[in-house]
Amino acid sequence: MSADRKLPYSLAINEALHQMMAADSSVFLIGQGVKSPWYVGNTAQGLLEKFGDTRVIDTPVSENAITGAAVGAALAGMRPVVVHPRMDFMLYAFDPIINEAANWHYMNGAKSCAPVVIWGIINRGGEQAAQHSQALHALFAHIPGLKVVMPATPFDAKGLMISAIKDDNPVIYIDDRWLYKTEEHVPEEPYTVPIGKGIIRKTGKDITIVSVSYMAIEAVKAAEALKDKGIDVEVIDVRTVKPLDYDLIFKSVRKTGRLVTADVGWKSFGFAAEIAAFVCEKAFKYLKAPIVRITLPDVPAPASSVLENIYYPNSDDIIKAIEEVIQCPTK
Amino acid sequence: MAQSLYLLKHLYLTMLRIRLCEESLVEPIMSGKIRTPCHLYSGEEAVAAGLCVSLTDDDYLFGNHRSHGHFLAKGGSMQEMMAEIFCRETGCSLGRGGSMHLIAPEVGMMGSAPIVAGTISLALGAALAASIRKEKRIAVTFFGDGAAGEGVLYESMNFASLKKLPLIFACENNFYATHLPIRECRKTSEIYRIAEPFCIKTVVVDGNDVLAVYEAGKEAVEQCRSGKGPIFMEFLTYRFRGHVGPDDNIQGSHTDIRPKEEVEEWLRRDPILLFEEYLLDNKLFDIAALENIRKEAEQEVALALDFAQNSATPKSEELTAYVCR
Repeated sequence: MSADRKLPYSLAINEALHQMMAADSSVFLIGQGVKSPWYVGNTAQGLLEKFGDTRVIDTPVSENAITGAAVGAALAGMRPVVVHPRMDFMLYAFDPIINEAANWHYMNGAKSCAPVVIWGIINRGGEQAAQHSQALHALFAHIPGLKVVMPATPFDAKGLMISAIKDDNPVIYIDDRWLYKTEEHVPEEPYTVPIGKGIIRKTGKDITIVSVSYMAIEAVKAAEALKDKGIDVEVIDVRTVKPLDYDLIFKSVRKTGRLVTADVGWKSFGFAAEIAAFVCEKAFKYLKAPIVRITLPDVPAPASSVLENIYYPNSDDIIKAIEEVIQCPTK
Repeated sequence: MAQSLYLLKHLYLTMLRIRLCEESLVEPIMSGKIRTPCHLYSGEEAVAAGLCVSLTDDDYLFGNHRSHGHFLAKGGSMQEMMAEIFCRETGCSLGRGGSMHLIAPEVGMMGSAPIVAGTISLALGAALAASIRKEKRIAVTFFGDGAAGEGVLYESMNFASLKKLPLIFACENNFYATHLPIRECRKTSEIYRIAEPFCIKTVVVDGNDVLAVYEAGKEAVEQCRSGKGPIFMEFLTYRFRGHVGPDDNIQGSHTDIRPKEEVEEWLRRDPILLFEEYLLDNKLFDIAALENIRKEAEQEVALALDFAQNSATPKSEELTAYVCR
């Protein structure tokens, strides 16, 4: 239909769920609050009415058993999507996610796999403090057997949800409430965004910024602002945290020789560190300057908005970092 | 209650297959040929044999760390299990899983895992899948008394009851959580009572009496299959061997701390001996017939051991295969 139809990020997810549930009767949605508009925003709207409560299952507060049930249903031939409206609560489900789902295919000699989507929503800001704000993607990306996707745009939100549901492996799908209202053109027909493929949001020759999720939006903003200062920034949005598109990052750093990473998580042992380690291992000879990581400080999320304002990095922090790296004398 | 001779033979043979298969592991464990931690089921065979006989290949079973018996009773191949215990490439998990990861999806043996209570919610999900698809198949989760200390069991009971899922909670109470006697784990040893607040039907069964297990199991399977919701079965039984390995809490270390008198008392209630007595006393089989059944099991075990020990180990170059599909 309309080539310029726009959808907000949250409704792009909703459309993916509608289309996949209509196309495949083994797909079902389970989790806390799927009947409630304030738990999962409008991402689940209309599903209950259309598919009924046998396939849209609101649950008691039992993250461990419910996530395990989703994994078990996947082992029994279904393609469940289990949602955690705040991913902090997913920590109760580490056992079914890590011990069971992630290891299942390997430890059972490929006899069986768990095609389950474990959907965790990052829900930051709003003075919600440490247990309602965490971005925990690095914990999951550390685990062999898990895939971790983090769409930054409405187009990717839909395409990656469809890919995640179709994937035969457990996929951790992580979105961010801060992105829910962003709008762009989203095709009406079902489509996939390949898991494991990043995208160049803006090409440039002076410096590479590797970003993820919400920070991809801030990175593009920073790149636009730096244009005026004559700095040509290349912005990579990885889209998938694991498996990471190392090839795309390598080629970009080979071209620019400079790297800033921008993550929505903490600094130590995280996503930004992994990118930096990879570039040091494989592209060291192309580097003209030290790598800089833009991340959260190694501090729990504070409640006070005064503290929140300095806690969450934004495009200004990225601009500052890029200027620093650019000014660094080249080798 | 009269059972067919076919059924009686099946129960006897299944128990013997499990017992002889496991006892054949003792020497290779002690000599170091087997290193994967083996949690032997000797003494508890009547539970797996008696319950699984009422299941079909379509029914789902999830096991735990002590699942050699569950695997065999559900119809898994003894050769593939034995090869897995020797960590060979011909094993059911291609030598990647070892004794604690036994799987045979073609007969509904969906997998086993040693995280205590970790597979309960997986069985819950399999039951949910069957329920969503409006199928008649059911799911069984086997776990021990130790798992009654894990929160996920309570979450799972609540959800199974709420959604009337076709799930049998099969608790094998052998009175020890590894080294710790049940009286040091909980105020009451009557585990079945934990299911009552969730409005789940409960039944306590003598887990060393294979016919009692069979009768109770048949009824439980029928209840689940007819859509009446989950059932909690507590089987009172005892493991003749240590927590892991022949007589140990650490494989190969002779550290079983259970009182000798207690072990001896249970040995007198060996489920296989009890069943032999029943079959002979009631003149259902004679000694020669039982001997023939035993020979059948012995031959299978010998072949399986031979197959396992002569199988190749996994290839080094395939270390990273199978992480993802």
